[in-house]
Order: sequence, then C-alpha cells, then structure tokens
Amino acid sequence: MLSHLRPAIVLLVAFAAVTGLVYPLAVTGVAQLVFPSQANGSLVVRDGRVIGSTLIGQNFTSERYFHGRPSATSDTDPNDPTKTVSAPYNAASSAGSNLGPTNQALVERIVADAQQRRGTDPARVPVDLVTASGSGLDPHITPAAALFQVVRVARARSMAEDAVRRLVMEHVEDRAVGIIGEPRVNVLALNLALDAAVRR
Amino acid sequence: MTVNGWIQIALFCAIIVAITRPLGAYMTRVFAGERTWLTPVFGPVERGLYAAAGVDAKAEQGWVAYALGMLLFHVFGFLFLYALQRLQADLPLNPQGFGAVAPDLALNTAVSFITNTNWQAYGGETTMSYLTQMLGLAVQNFKSAAVGIVLAVALIRGFARRSTRTIGNFWVDLTRCTLYVLLPACFVGALAFVAMGVPQNLNAYVEAQTLEGARQTIAQGPVASQLVIKMMGTNGGGFFNANSAHPYENPTAVSNLLQMVLIFAISAALTNVFGRMVSSERQGWAIFAAMGVMFVAGVAVTYWAEAAAHPAFAAAGIDQAASAAQAGGNMEGKEVRFGIVASALFAVITTAASCGAVIAMHDSFMPIGGMVPLVNMMLGEIIFGGVGAGLYGMLLFVVIAIFVAGLMVGRTPEYVGKKIESREVKMTMLAVLSLPMSILGFTALAVSLPVGLAGPANPGPHGFSEILYAYSSATGNNGSAFAGLSANTLFYNVTLAIAMLIGRFAVIVPMLAVAGSLAAKPRIPPSAGTFPTDGPLFVGLLVGVILIIGGLTFFPALALGPVVEHLALNAGALFATAP
Repeated sequence: MLSHLRPAIVLLVAFAAVTGLVYPLAVTGVAQLVFPSQANGSLVVRDGRVIGSTLIGQNFTSERYFHGRPSATSDTDPNDPTKTVSAPYNAASSAGSNLGPTNQALVERIVADAQQRRGTDPARVPVDLVTASGSGLDPHITPAAALFQVVRVARARSMAEDAVRRLVMEHVEDRAVGIIGEPRVNVLALNLALDAAVRR
Repeated sequence: MTVNGWIQIALFCAIIVAITRPLGAYMTRVFAGERTWLTPVFGPVERGLYAAAGVDAKAEQGWVAYALGMLLFHVFGFLFLYALQRLQADLPLNPQGFGAVAPDLALNTAVSFITNTNWQAYGGETTMSYLTQMLGLAVQNFKSAAVGIVLAVALIRGFARRSTRTIGNFWVDLTRCTLYVLLPACFVGALAFVAMGVPQNLNAYVEAQTLEGARQTIAQGPVASQLVIKMMGTNGGGFFNANSAHPYENPTAVSNLLQMVLIFAISAALTNVFGRMVSSERQGWAIFAAMGVMFVAGVAVTYWAEAAAHPAFAAAGIDQAASAAQAGGNMEGKEVRFGIVASALFAVITTAASCGAVIAMHDSFMPIGGMVPLVNMMLGEIIFGGVGAGLYGMLLFVVIAIFVAGLMVGRTPEYVGKKIESREVKMTMLAVLSLPMSILGFTALAVSLPVGLAGPANPGPHGFSEILYAYSSATGNNGSAFAGLSANTLFYNVTLAIAMLIGRFAVIVPMLAVAGSLAAKPRIPPSAGTFPTDGPLFVGLLVGVILIIGGLTFFPALALGPVVEHLALNAGALFATAP
C-alpha cells in the first residue's frame, strides 16, 4: 500500500498541472492568437457597444422584429433569492423546460402559444416556434418559422412583404455540404439586416 | 423520417468504422510500450514523471497491486476535487465571484467526476469558477477516462497473455494513455472547436445591450479545452448547464458531428486493440458487430419516435411535418441547428457510451424516444460504451454468453484460447448483478420516501421515469438526466453518489480479478470442438444474451415508466401536477 502512495500523489499533482493548467492555458493562448473573435464568444459590436453574440439567441418581443423560439431559462428572483423567476434568453443560466410529453402544463403552454401566434391566420404554426429549445438560447428558427412571421413584420414596419421575404431567403443557412444539420435562420442576423434595410 | 436523416446517420457510422483500425493500431503500440511518432516530444516527460514518482517502468503488477494503485489514485483525486470546490471562493480565476460549493453538492460532484459519470446536479455557469472547471473537473475528465482505458487494456492482457501473474503496470499505462492518446488529441480538437465558434477565454461574463435595449449577461470561459476531453473521455459533464445543447458548447452541425465521433472514437478503437492483442482482428470486429447491431436498432427506434407528431398538437394547428423548410417532429427541448435526426442520434450515442453529454433535453423526448437511452444505460453501456468501460463491460457479457453456450453443449467454455471456469463466471456475475441491484434498489427506495417523491418535476408515469433514469444514469456512470428531477437535494446527492461508486467499483474490482485469473491460464489452440467466436452465430448469441438479461431484469420497471406513458399518450391522456 505504501509503495503506491508516492506514485499516486506525484502523478496526481503532475497530471493536474499538465491537464488542468498547462493544457487549458496553452489552448487559450493559441486560440486568442489565431481565432480571437470565436475565442471571445463571437460577439456582435455595433457603434462600439456589444449588442450580443451571433451564437446566442435574444428575447425579441417587438412586432417589428422576427421572434425566436420560446425560452425556458430563469433567473434568481430579485425579491427572494431562494426563488427563481422566468427570464427568457438568460445567457448566464442555460436550461430547457424539461417538461415531458404527457405533462398537461406542456400541452397547455404550447396550445396557448400556438393560438396567440396564429391569431386569425389560417396557416399552421411551425412546431419550432412554439417549443422551447434545449438551451433556452437557440439563436435560430427554421425557415418555415421565419416565413410564418413575414406578414406580421412587414405590416409593423410598413414594408413590402416581398422585400421582407427576400431578406429571409437571403438569411437561410443550408446544411453543411448539403448533408449535415438542418436549414436555419439566425434571428439576430436577420433582425440586424431588417434594421439596416430600413436605414438604407 | 427523411432520406437526408438516414444519410446523416450512415455518414456517422461510416466515419466510426473508418477510424477503428488506424486508431486501434496506434493505441496498441502505445500500450505495448513501443515508440510512436510522439515519443520524441513526450518521451523525456514520461521518463521524468516515472523518476519523480518512483515508478519502475519495467516492473509489472499482479491484479491486486494494479487494483490497489487504481483505488488509491481515486481517493486522492476525490479529496483534491472536493477541496477545490469548497475553497473556490478564495482561489483565483473566479471572475463571477462564485461562493464555495455546498458540501453535499461538492461530494456528489467529486464522486461523479472521479467515476467518469459527470452527473450535473449543478449548473456550470452559475456554480463553478474557471479554476474549478479547469483544475478540478477537467483534470478528472482526463484521469477517469485514462483509468477506464487502462483497465480495459489490463483485462485484454488477461485474455492475451499466457501463464503469467501480471497484467501490466497501472502507473505506466496511465501515464502513456494521458500523454500519447488523450492530451495531443485534445489539444488539436480544442483548437478545431474554437475555430467553429466555441469560446476559450478567462474573461468575466459579457454584458450586452440587445437590439431591443434589454440587458443580456453572456457567460464565457475556457469552454473548448474542457469540451473536447468531455467528449473524447466519454465524461459528459458540460461547461454550461445545458451541456452541448448550449450554442457556445456546440455551435454548428459540424461541431456536433465531431463531438459524436469523439464519443465513440476510443471505444470503437479498443475493440480493434482487443483483436490485435489476442492476435485476431476478427475477434475485435465480432465485438464491434454486436455493438453495432444494437446501436443501429436503438437509433432507428429513437429517430422514429422523435420524428412522430405529438397527437395533442396536431389538433391545435401546429405543423409537425418534416419538409424542406423545417425538421418537424418533437422539437421541445431540441435546437433548430440539430433538428430531429441529430438529436435522436446523439441521444443514443451518448447513452450507448457512458458519455452523458446532451444536445437535447431527454426529459422532453417522446416516451419511446426517451426509453432507448434508458435501456442503453440499463444494459450497462456496453454498446461501444464508456472509454474502456464499454469494452470491459462487453467482455464480461462475452464471458456469460460463452458460459451459456458451454452449458448448452456440455463443454468447458473457452474464449480466445482461455478456458472460462467457475471463478471467472462468479466474478462476472458479481459485476453484472451489482448494476440492477443499485438501479432498481435505489429507485424503489426513492419512490417509497417523501424526500424521493419530492424530486420529479413531471406528473404521472413520466415522474417515475425521471427517478429511474437518474439511478440508471448514476449507476451506469453516464451522467445524462431527465433533468426535470430536482436532484440537488441531500437525499439525491448522497444516494446518487453511492450509486455511482457501486456502478464503477463493483464492476472494476471483480473485472480485474477476472483479468488476473485469466492471465494465469495457458492459451489452448483452437480444436475442432471450439465454438468459433468471430462469426455471426457468436454475434447473435452475444446480443441475445445481453437482451435477455437486460429484458428480464428491467422490463417490469420500464413498463411502469415509458411503456405506460406511451400508451397513455396515444390514448389522449395527459397528467397534471397536483395543486
């Protein structure tokens, strides 16, 4: 037993130093040098201010913007630190809803959201627009969910529907090499393009 | 289900088949102590470590010494990680000023990471300082992965060697695995992930002002360096609470494919290492085939379940059909960039292996879609499995299958030239039976006690599934969750920690005893009466034995959870939480 003591302690300390400090700090050094934008969170800066990250969804509620998916993230209740309150797209505390398929709370939430989204519109609501993402920070919606919102956004901005639809189509990202992943639209990028189109 | 979906699945399978041989050849050289192309770089480091640790690299150990070294290494690793979490408030690299981790949570997390489980009762970005993540959690990711791999190699030596008392040197195997396999691959992999968008910094969280003028705090950190070992070591503990569903921890479908490949890479290669070391690669491919058959079946069932429409949504005017413009299906808890097929595929991979990372919330899967991951874990994660753990788990089932075959024809069973006798079968049964004892025993305890029943977030049978999943995940050292369960309580932290220890050490120690006992036997050449163990008949027998043992043991519990939930869903029944 005692003969194992020295290698156990020495190797633990050595591996901790190598894999716990040298390795992550070396990766950090190289990453900061070679890929500074990605290594620092792919942040979007406008007029010298950070307005978000291309990879992190934001909570859009205005009629003038395309909306992202429902988000189940929460935050500490400012009035009672032992409780949490709903805080969509809280990028400091990622989470999904974790509601199961036979949970009445899930079905009621989704059906109510779908009714609100549809209004008097006869079109069916794309499923991703009424389901919460796993991270609560999904930056994307499906092309179907973007096209579904074109009429509303165009009306709120007094823009031609065709112009808005064209903008959506320009922002559809296809599968990698045509095979891997799913087609999607980055909501923040699309909304930034909308604002830019108005400025022009 | 779409054609593209099946192509994505086929692409993944093709990559795994393609890397098995080259990686297997390389790892065989590493564990044989031979020179590799990295020896000029790491050779001096390796020798320096042996000198400092007082290890004689030439001296081999018997199974008892090997096991003692391994256990002692875990004890110190546990103390180190526990202390680091408790002291993090007073240590550097803590830009968010997180306080000390609570004692029961620190205990649970320390056990979880030394056992390669990486159960997350904590939220990474709200609990752990950067120092704890790097020096605590990631170090254990490396160590527990290396330990798993070298234990499998020790068992393989038991099969491969003849009439010897030793199965290798634990310290040498551990050092070589870390230096020549894990570290170089992680360094390259981490940079690849950064290029795809995974952050790698020590900055404080970023305060952004969103397009609509709201404040958004965006968590940062050294994510990439931790992500790659979490995958490659089948650890699975996420830097962030949402794990690889978080867009920072898995930004694109390509980064996702790389993560899936990393989970299976070493475990698949180890089947080839086995084949090479027993001098017949076909033996390795037979094990690979048994794993592959069960894997593909699991993927097909999960993909089917998740692509299906939720009956209650169709009536509400929700479009769940797959089309060119959307993936459709059950998107609750899933990310748009991954859609249905990648989410289903990943869920099966992460539970077939003992990884436990997730890109979608398993709690929100359809009943049958969530049952496949559960079954994968109950079978002991032997479908490729955790690094090392998958192979030694599978070899234990091989011992049982060979024993059953021997009983049927009335011959002493043998496998790759080794007679399988009473001692090996007893030790194997001890290891194999400890898993259901822990899973079913603790689940029964939790559903009998108010502290246990307080845990589930979902009502009805799904709540039972949450508890069953938790103990399956902990015992299987997986770490994924039906995450609605409120597991950060004294009861769950402690019982889950015990389940993790049983799942790890009640398998490892008997397994090493089998290794030692096999190594001592001579290898007998195959004769006309030898049952060939490299053909389809053997693969079928092995899969059959695994499914029968798993089925008989766990079907009653599954019937109370996912099976009844599936029937209820199709009958239109929903469950409400009692007010």
